[in-house]
Amino acid sequence: MDDVADTVRRLCIEANHELRGDHVDALRRARDREQSPIGQEVLDRLLANAEVSAREQIAFCQDTGYAVCFLEIGQDVHFTGGSLAAALDRGVADGYREGYLRASLVRSPVDRTNTGDNTPAMVHYDLVEGDGVRLTLLVKGAGCDNMSALRMLTPAAGVAGMKRFVVETIEAAGPSASPPVTVGIGMGGTFDRAAVLAKKALTREPTGSPSPVPELAELEAELVDAIDATGIGPAGFGGTVTTVAVHVEAYPTHIAAFPVALNLDCHSHRVRTVTL
Amino acid sequence: MTRAVRLPLDAEVVGELRSGDSVLLSGPLVTGRDAAHGRFAEAIEGGGLLPFDPAGETLYFVGPTPARPGHAIGAAGPTTASRMDAWSPLLVERGLRGMIGKGRRSEAVKDAMLEHGCVYFGAIEGTAALLSQCVVSSEIIAYEDLGAEAVRRLEVRDFPALVVNDLHGGDLYRDGPARWRRAPASP
Repeated sequence: MDDVADTVRRLCIEANHELRGDHVDALRRARDREQSPIGQEVLDRLLANAEVSAREQIAFCQDTGYAVCFLEIGQDVHFTGGSLAAALDRGVADGYREGYLRASLVRSPVDRTNTGDNTPAMVHYDLVEGDGVRLTLLVKGAGCDNMSALRMLTPAAGVAGMKRFVVETIEAAGPSASPPVTVGIGMGGTFDRAAVLAKKALTREPTGSPSPVPELAELEAELVDAIDATGIGPAGFGGTVTTVAVHVEAYPTHIAAFPVALNLDCHSHRVRTVTL
Repeated sequence: MTRAVRLPLDAEVVGELRSGDSVLLSGPLVTGRDAAHGRFAEAIEGGGLLPFDPAGETLYFVGPTPARPGHAIGAAGPTTASRMDAWSPLLVERGLRGMIGKGRRSEAVKDAMLEHGCVYFGAIEGTAALLSQCVVSSEIIAYEDLGAEAVRRLEVRDFPALVVNDLHGGDLYRDGPARWRRAPASP
């Protein structure tokens, strides 16, 4: 368990100080596509911020977020040395303290006392075949999480209704989601399954790589265009680039259902994946 | 073109600012976000004392990360201003002259700003490390128990921001996107 805690500690510090290289590349491509002078200036500053953050070890966003962990655990794995959940929390607490990261979690929506160490981690477990463990840490800011949404569409609303819902949600979020955003969409499953799929979709690597499913890849490209067409632009000041990537995941669902969840991530897209 | 603007804001200068102007702010300001605003409102409504006099002041919506040794402050980008909308008019009516945050303001806040002469600046959240370097000094002046949400007096130098809401009805978050909006390629 010490290995788990130490890995989480290291990932919390790394993810908050160094943007993943492929995400920096996505921001550079956004800079090349952006036509508004203010939008270009915003993207230049985001890129400069990423450099200063890594060099000076100052978190690149003050909202150092929720520590969301996705764990894919091989069914032949046996953990030793205590509780896995406790090890994840210890890693978060150590990483946030050592990394000078902000403790942003409160005990409950009603008792808003800060937990003091950014725990608990928000953990999703998946049991898979084999004997490996894959851990993805997503540092999730609240500003963009607050602007996310879920809707239970009808089958009749279809893909057209889904696209309208996505664009409406992003227009309502506007500058508050800190564009250019990464968009995670989970379609299908149940109410809860769609939301988890949407969050996990954000972690796809590299940022902006298309879905292996051709019809989803086509939908992703159409959504990028529809979102950019809103004109919201970098930081919401107006421009031609509002999203750097749309990642769509789909899952079997009910004959009566078309759940769609949309999880937004801000320009500070902080993700790390490792195999333990 | 970027304009250097001194804090505390001069009433005449505020009148000259236009939505979309790029500014570099230098001087003292006060910080506060969600929990602190709840207490400001309690103080005002309960007849108590505010930890600062809003008249002529500029308020920055920020909850910084802890400062590393030798630094004035940690990462210090703006948080979403709309969460402060319920409370901002109380401060604007008492003379607050500037606010710095990110995201759109409510009609009630914009009306109060126009009536009482307050401007709203937008900063970029994803530049929190860069903005940290614009903070010369930081001192907690109230509500230390709120941790990152404590109220601080900051001294900033060349802090970059854009004028979002000016005193002439301009709104960059409305007008900027409207200029770049287009029809999508596929309906």
